[in-house]
Parts: sequence; structure tokens; C-alpha cells
Amino acid sequence: MREFDLAVIGGGPAGMAAALAAKESGLERIVIFERDSVMGGILNQCIHNGFGLHTFQEELTGPEYAERYFRKVQEAGIPYETGTMVLDITPDRQITVISRERGVETVQAASVILAMGCRERPRGTLGIAGFRPQGIYTAGTAQRLLNIDGVLPGKEAVILGSGDIGLIMARRMTLEGAHVSAVFELMPYCNGLNRNVVQCLEDYNIPLHLSHTVVEIHGKDKLEGVTVAAVENGKPVPGSEEYFPCDILLLSCGLIPENELSRGCGIGINPLTNGPVVDDRLETNIEGVFACGNVLHIHDLVDYVSAEAAQAGRSAAAFVQGQRGDGGETHQIIPGDGVRYTVPCSFHRNSREDTHLRFRVRSIYRDATILISCGDQVIAKRKAPVLLPSEMQDITLKYPLLEQADADIIVRIEGVTA
Amino acid sequence: MYDIIVIGAGVTGCAIARALSRYQVRVCVLERASDVCEGSSKANSGIVHAGFDAKPGSLKAKLNVAGARKMPALSRELDFAFVNNEALVLCFEESQLDDLKALYERGIENGVEGLELLDADAVQRIEPALNHVAGALLAKTSGIVCPFELTLAMAENAYENGAEFRFGEAVQQISPISGGYAVTTGNGTYEARIVVNAAGLYADRIHNMVCPDPITITPRRGEYFLLDKDCGNLVQRTIFQLPTKMGKGILVSPTAHGNLLIGPSAENIEDKENTATTSAGLASVRERAALSASDIPYNKVITSFTGLRAVGDTGDFIIGEAAEGFFDAAGIESPGLTSAPAIGEYLCELIGKRIDLTKKPDFKATRKGVTHFAQLSREAQNALIRENPAYGSIVCRCEQITAGEILDAIHRPLGATTLDGVKRRTRAGMGRCQAGFCTPRVMELLAEAQGIPLTDVRKR
Repeated sequence: MREFDLAVIGGGPAGMAAALAAKESGLERIVIFERDSVMGGILNQCIHNGFGLHTFQEELTGPEYAERYFRKVQEAGIPYETGTMVLDITPDRQITVISRERGVETVQAASVILAMGCRERPRGTLGIAGFRPQGIYTAGTAQRLLNIDGVLPGKEAVILGSGDIGLIMARRMTLEGAHVSAVFELMPYCNGLNRNVVQCLEDYNIPLHLSHTVVEIHGKDKLEGVTVAAVENGKPVPGSEEYFPCDILLLSCGLIPENELSRGCGIGINPLTNGPVVDDRLETNIEGVFACGNVLHIHDLVDYVSAEAAQAGRSAAAFVQGQRGDGGETHQIIPGDGVRYTVPCSFHRNSREDTHLRFRVRSIYRDATILISCGDQVIAKRKAPVLLPSEMQDITLKYPLLEQADADIIVRIEGVTA
Repeated sequence: MYDIIVIGAGVTGCAIARALSRYQVRVCVLERASDVCEGSSKANSGIVHAGFDAKPGSLKAKLNVAGARKMPALSRELDFAFVNNEALVLCFEESQLDDLKALYERGIENGVEGLELLDADAVQRIEPALNHVAGALLAKTSGIVCPFELTLAMAENAYENGAEFRFGEAVQQISPISGGYAVTTGNGTYEARIVVNAAGLYADRIHNMVCPDPITITPRRGEYFLLDKDCGNLVQRTIFQLPTKMGKGILVSPTAHGNLLIGPSAENIEDKENTATTSAGLASVRERAALSASDIPYNKVITSFTGLRAVGDTGDFIIGEAAEGFFDAAGIESPGLTSAPAIGEYLCELIGKRIDLTKKPDFKATRKGVTHFAQLSREAQNALIRENPAYGSIVCRCEQITAGEILDAIHRPLGATTLDGVKRRTRAGMGRCQAGFCTPRVMELLAEAQGIPLTDVRKR
């Protein structure tokens, strides 16, 4: 049986950054398993720009960002196995993989980093009535067809959901000669980044209708159109229906961390994120198994993924090298008023490392204050003119602060909901 | 001239073709769609009914019980999944226990074995997820199959035994000619001594082209939810509710592949093409299923769909020689899937009275399905990958379907030509991401195999 100090599951931005950080921390026997035929993950199909402003202080396309990391992986001499899919992980970190070259094989890893990414919410989960014709794609599937396979999957488009991939695809389809009549969003706020609303919709005169949804699909074999209705209190408003002819409907209605392997391994999943429950080391409830990137929680910027993944890589290295202390007592980090979830869910008092607290708010807040309290005491606060559910918040808690925290930490928002 | 033309390649037509392929006759199946199993057969509950429901003495009763008896052996012969998971018919009111008892007695009269009346505690013990009931009927012979697999298995076996299949052939006219019929489709005219009408929802049109006394087939819409495999264990058995005039009530059942199926509604409609789901229909499914189990996790729904049952106007299957040499297999609503293998043999009996049916000495009774890679032993998997590395490449992540299986589905007898064709033969795209990841990859494999551009690959 092949043995590794670290097996990284997934060769996208999270997996590559994690492996690099582990290598820099001194781990030698590392392997990255990537199911696609090339490294880079979903970045390969994200040919738009906007990547790398934080990491490289320059604006790159997705493939360029991936390429930078891939070069570093090659320069560092980290082995990677493409066309290799992980089928199973056991709690004692035996990993079963399959590939054309090696067949089905079980390897032993001293540590594991989960970096499998996420998938898109498909139509079937949305409960839209009507036919099931050709012409309904998740935005990412259409993005792959267009950017990798060179196929324009439709000419007259409607987009349901204001996730970033949907916004990006609105522009992309337009640039390729398709007409995008509108983007409809069920919620009263946009789920994508503001910069994408400006650069992908407003610049191309594509309207965004909030509090609207598709209520019916028309066309038996090929999509002919959709009926859209306004939404109030989560229900379609009778009489507000409007018909939009289209031959393609793109769905950008949410991303789901892909944790089938994690569940199979007995890893606890946080129902708020659909990702593993992790502590400040990004370690799951299975010792030596860490998680980072979109498999842990959905990020909006790849730069944040890389930073988070590097932390997972360092944690895995410290674990394998036996360099981490017991960390002292642990306390929970609890999402309070206005906070949908936090990552991590707990912290070690004596971990002697700064902790990145990442979370999302439940709705739009103006003149808001982020309050982090421990017991009766507010231990950190940050003012924000506006907080959006579409933007992940990232607050660094310095370790001396956590050392003093002798109870659970609660993160909450004070401010005006808009 | 063919000996026999079968119109329709649904489960009934394929069962008939398979039964006929035992004999030394030239059989041709004409299908309007691009694949087998494209109508009512593709969207139903997949239940192998025990046979307690149909009126004693009816064709439904006789063929249901006969079909159910054949199913276990047939599944081994033709290599498709059959799970004998048993069924429960729930009775919610003490006042209806007499009706339940009557159902039990009807089952006995129909010759159904393994029926048992259970009290509330016994039901709770074997199916703890169910709500409180007054009592239930347990049917131990009930089972589940995958409707696509069953239909494909019979079609492929018929094909391997010489039956021809022609797709994209919508029948427009049938005229009597000397010694048989001329069947005209959009593509041409085919002649045969015998015509079998297994046209499902359109069996009335086909019948009425030939016979003076018309029949009517009414589409009865049934809407379903399909849930993630995470929930496949909510119940072990197929859970029915005491039947009403509109059908067998809402069922909650695991599927042969481990998902959870909830449905169908029952609503007569006009349009034979209207397989759209409706928000009202799906809401009614939820409401009525809640009688059986309150805690169905609808946040785990991976898709919803509509099937149209082909309901005849007699209350029974319409099977027989309607004009000289013209046979109906019409009105094959529930329990049609279960009955199909028996319908096939029954038709052979009837046709055998009209023309000579002599058995083929070289009939091949068995068929090997697509290899389900994930179900093989490690040794067998590695042997397969060494022989064909395509089995080492996973295309559908959710269901763990390999490129090898997809290529097998494309290149096998009556192979897949569309995305749906690949899906039904392999399950690629049937998982929780509903083909989000594998669609472009399956399209590539189809385009390459057929030598067509990616843009010409069709869903169905």
C-alpha cells in the first residue's frame, strides 16, 4: 500500500494552496488527487478576470490564477495524480482511489485535506412546475460548454438566480451573441457580488428583478419559454405572471459543498454550511482530516480560498510532525443575531495562532457593527457601512485575545436591516 | 412482408416483441420516439404489484399475478434489478378495516400468496417512520424494478433474437391488404400479416384506424417526487394507502436503486403530450403522502416528474384480436408494468391461433445488462480496468458511473443515441447533481461515437 504524509483530495485552488503550504511547512510525502484530466478545478472554465487581487495584487483570469498555483506545485515537486477520483475515505485515513492507469487502489495517508469543492443546485430541487425539456442548464454547466467545449448552448436566455456564476454567464452569453432578457432572483437581495452586478448586468443593460422567480417551464422537448412571477413572503403573487420566450434557462440558485466523501467517513456536517464542522485548525471531528475551500463553505473570492487552504496545509503539517500542542480547552463559536454561520465552529484557547473568523450575514445591514463577545464581554467589534449576505466576512482574531476567552464566543450584528 | 409488426416500444411492446422473438417469425417494432421506453413506461412507480387490487376474473387480475410470479426469474434471465421489498397497504380509520379485509380477500381470490393483515403495532415495528394506522395489509410478494431497465432488458433480448426496432416511426395509417396490413409512418410503409397495437396513450388512434368500434384512451396524469439516496431507507417497503376510485393512492417507496419515490397524483387530462408537472399536483402529492409519513424530507428532492397512464374505457386491459390479424394491447395502465411479461406471452397465445408460431431452436433467453462497475468486487474492477481503461474513468460522480459503462450503453444492441438514453441505461445523470457535471462529458462521448458535432447531441 502506498503511504503518504498528506493526501489532498482535489486539485483546484484550495487543494493546490493547501499542498503548497504543507510542503513549505516541511511535509515531504504529499499527493494531490484530482478527478479531472487537468489541475485547476473550476477555475479552468472561469475565463473572466477578477481573480488574484488579494493574492497577487493583480487582476488575473481564472485559468491564469490556477496556472500560477500549478506552476508552484510543479516547482515544489509535489506529486499530483489527475484523472483520479477518490471513492472512499476511512476514519483511519485509508483512501480508495480509481484511475485509468492504476485501477482501484487504497493508499494510507497520515493526514488528509478535503478540497473537493462544490456543485450547483439543480432544477429538480427548486420545485419549478412544468416540462423537462432540453435547454435548462445550471450556469456552471453552460459555462463549461461555452468556455471549454466551445458550444453556445442557446441564443435567447433567461437566468434564474443571481449567484455570481449566473451574473458572469449573463455577460458571457451576451458577448457570444446570445440575448439575455433578464436575471430573476427569488430573494429581495442579489446573491452575487456587487461588482458583478455592475460589470456583468448594468454594463450590458440586462435587468435584474429581485423578488421574482420562474414558476413554470414551457416546451416539451425543447425549451420555449418560462413564466415568471413576483414573489411576496416566499409565495408567487397571483396575477403578476409574465411570459418570457427563451431557448435556454440558466440556473444560478446556490452552490452545495460536495461532502459525500466526508459523510461516508463519518465527518460531522454543519447544516448551516453543508460543510464539515471544523475547529480553528480547520480540522474535522476525525483527527488528521482537515477541510478548506468550497467544500467547507461557499466562498465568493478564490483569494480567500487560497488563504484558508494554506492554513489547512499548515495545520496538517503540524499534525503529522507532532508539532502542535494540545491547544488547551476548546470553546464554541456561535452565530448570534444576524449571522447565518461561522467557520470555524470552535477554537482552542492556546493554539498560539491567529484565527480567521469567516461568516455570512442573514440579510442586508446598514450602519452595522459586528460584535464578537465572550460571556458578558465584547472582545472585538468592527463597524461596517453595509453588510451583504453575498459577501463573506473575514475577521482575524489575534491569539492573545483567544487565550483570554474562557467561554463560548458569540458573533452577532447590530444595525439596520434594509 | 413482416410476420408481425408491433406498434410501440414501451414496456408492453417490448414484452410482446421479446415473447414473439422465441418463435420463427419476422418481428418489427415501430416506435415514434428515438428510443424504447419513452412514453408511459418511463415515468411510473416501478412497482411489481402483488395482484390484490384488481377485480377478480379481470385480465388485470390474471396478468398481474402471472407477471409478478415471472418477475424474479425474469430479472435473473435478463439481468435487471428486482427487489422483493414487500408492500403495505395502510388503513387509517378503524371504520375502513372492513375495506382492508375485503382487499385481503380479493387478493386471496386472485391467487396472491403471502398476504397478511397486520395490526397497528406490527406496522409500527416493521416501518417505524409511518404514522399511526388502524391496520395494514402486508403483501410479501410485492417488489420493485427499474422501469427503464425492465423495458430495455426485454427490448435488447428481443433484438438479439432477431426482432427489428425502427425508431422515429409515427404511424399515420393502417390499411388492410391481402393477407395482412400495410402500416404507413412518416418514413414509409411496412407490411405485416399481423399488427399488434401497443401504442400506449395513442392505442385508441391506432385501434380506430382499423376497427369500426372505437376505443378511447384517457391520459391520467401522475406527478412524483424523487428524493436523494440519503432518504432511500425512510421505509423499506412500498407503502400504499387503501385504494380509491382514482387509483392506488399516494405511495411512498424506495426505488430499485435506493432513492425514495413519492407519488403519483391522479388526474384525467386531455392532452396526451402534457407531461408537465404542476404546482397544484405536486402540492396534492405532498398533502396526501403526509397521511402515511409526516416526516418526509422534501429538502432532499432531487427531481419531480409527471407520467401519463394510458387509461382505457372498460376498466380492464383491452387485449385481444380486435379485427382479423389486428391485436390490441391497449389501456395498459397500472398494473401494466408488472403484467407486461405476462401480456407478452398472452399475446403469443392469441396470435398463435391466427398464424403458426414455431419455437426457434436457437432462442437466447438471457441478456447481459450494462456492467455496474460500482457493484463489482475490487478484483473484478481492476481486471476490467486492465482490459479496458475506460472503466477507470468516472464520468458521473454522484452515481459513480464510468466511461466504460457509458461506452457500453452507446455501443450495445439498441444502444443509446441521446443523453436520456445513456441516463436510462447507466444512471449517469440520475444522481443528486442531476447531470450538472456529467452532461458535457456524456455529450462528448456521444458526439465522438456518432461522429456528430457536440451541438447535435440531443437530450432525447
